[in-house]
Amino acid sequence: MGRYIIRRLIVAIPTLIAISFIMYAILALSPIDPLSQFGADPRIPPSVREQIRHSLGLDQPWPIRYVKWVTAFVHGDLGWSFMSHVPVAELIRERLPNTLWVVGIAYIVSVVIAIPAGLLSSVRRNGITDHVISTLAYFGFSMPTFFTGVLFIIIFSIKLGWFSFLYNSNLHVTSLQTFWEQVQQSIMPIAVLGLFDAAILTRFVRSEMLEHLPLDYVRTARAKGLWERAVILGHVLRNSLIPVVTLIALGIPTVFGGAIVTEQIFHVPGIGQLLIESILTGDTPVVADVVMIFAVLVVGFNLIADVLYAVLDPRITYS
Amino acid sequence: MAAIQAEIAVGGGEALRPARSLWRDAWYTFTRDKLAVAGLAVTIVIVILVLGGPYVWTKSKDALDYGIALQPPTLAHPFGTDDLGRDMLARVLFGGRISIAVGVVSIVIAMTLGTAIGAFAGYFGKLDNLLMRVTDIFLSLPTLPVLLVLIYLFRDTLQRTLGEVEGIFVMIVAVIGVLNWMPVARLVRASFLSLKQKEFVEAARCIGATDARIIFQHLLPNALSPVLVAATIGVGGAIITESTLSFLGLGFPSDVPTWGRLLYDAQNYLDIAPYTSIFPGLAIFLIVLSINYVGDGLRDALDPRHRQR
Repeated sequence: MGRYIIRRLIVAIPTLIAISFIMYAILALSPIDPLSQFGADPRIPPSVREQIRHSLGLDQPWPIRYVKWVTAFVHGDLGWSFMSHVPVAELIRERLPNTLWVVGIAYIVSVVIAIPAGLLSSVRRNGITDHVISTLAYFGFSMPTFFTGVLFIIIFSIKLGWFSFLYNSNLHVTSLQTFWEQVQQSIMPIAVLGLFDAAILTRFVRSEMLEHLPLDYVRTARAKGLWERAVILGHVLRNSLIPVVTLIALGIPTVFGGAIVTEQIFHVPGIGQLLIESILTGDTPVVADVVMIFAVLVVGFNLIADVLYAVLDPRITYS
Repeated sequence: MAAIQAEIAVGGGEALRPARSLWRDAWYTFTRDKLAVAGLAVTIVIVILVLGGPYVWTKSKDALDYGIALQPPTLAHPFGTDDLGRDMLARVLFGGRISIAVGVVSIVIAMTLGTAIGAFAGYFGKLDNLLMRVTDIFLSLPTLPVLLVLIYLFRDTLQRTLGEVEGIFVMIVAVIGVLNWMPVARLVRASFLSLKQKEFVEAARCIGATDARIIFQHLLPNALSPVLVAATIGVGGAIITESTLSFLGLGFPSDVPTWGRLLYDAQNYLDIAPYTSIFPGLAIFLIVLSINYVGDGLRDALDPRHRQR
């Protein structure tokens, strides 16, 4: 197991280096001047602008700049935002917890919904339960997250007045009262993301269960007199979840994409909203760093999925 | 090759059933699936509506009339009007053309790229390792952030060289295509790896067929059905991606009312005019849902393993 995890780590690092290199090359070779916002002030004479350029190292060739940027990134120095004049690291440290809170809880919600739903649906195959669950799952993953968000706002905020659709980022959880407020304002963003993830997961679980149900080992388990419950939960479900873990890993980029959309709709101050903001204002250092953070998150969660895979499937260790 | 498969599909014993080609057989299975047929019907209706609709519903999508701004649906304006008094039905109909065109064109790009890369990796062993590493790297890219950044960086240049709308169309179609080929490359590679060991390929090589002939005549047609399924479902995904970009304000400009852009514009009026967002949203939902059902039906129809169930 340890060796397997180390091997996955050794693969993950070059992947991150390759992604960061591609991203940096695109940024460096693009026609957008990173100083276009920062030094566009017409009162700044060209000589001073050149000086700014030189002091920021922008006159060096980009492969050298890339090496310096990566070295600084690894050491936690993410540079300064052009627009808000604070270190990017600080911006990200403020916002990352919000994103992880929403994405994390949404994922837990989706797993809690999807495993029983997919299981029921496959066990009662072609029954009414199955039809209802399958149809809901289909609707859920055909519905773009931004439309679900808009519908939720119309129904739950405007018509029913249950939740506010503005996320209060200054709220600090200090008492039961503030905790309840935090829960209230998180319900809609979490529900939008969680239901979408749940729809995708339910389909995965259902189809994997259906692959496994007719196999010989299931018949063996039944033949030796095991309870149906033990057969389904202990044998079929456990084996079906192994491929589901891989499918989850492949879907992680989509999950973070969904997070960007939900943060934008509900004004959750996470890194997705930070990315959109800095793109719209042309704040290149923040854009580069946030994309890199997203890449680290995606590769990191892929790694976790790989490790889980090894935990669930003992055969992996010996290969 | 198709003939051989048809024989297999028909089976030696059933003499009563007339011989059918693989595609006829697939169509037969497809039409058994009520949901898939319904999905296909709805998709066709929507495509006809957005293509022909603007000729029948002749109200202008751009005519401003502040006197009737943000009106709820009426007979004169079945989908209501937006904040500038423009007819929403005309805008939704016109916008569908672009949304669907983006979906189809970007997936054609993705499939072409994916099939080419998968075929090379699967057929020529030397390139396999390198190409699959590249595929893995692309699969771990954070797709939406990368899309947003690419558009931010290159939008202005492309719009200057190709024109306001054409530039952004080319841009969006290209980036969605370039970020969606990986699953298809994996599928095609896997089929090529197993197919190239088969006897009929060996036979073709024995009679002196070139690599190109083996790839295009013998391997590709046999590897195509999973690609077709992936492409169908991909179109739905690409429509959502385009709408997402437009919804985030980084897609088409406001004078090009794609479905996502309409939702973006309607966001500020959720309280007083919810219908301005509900209709374009429903349009996206309907077409994606129908396309997904068609894709699932196709998968069952084209994959004999699924068909036996």
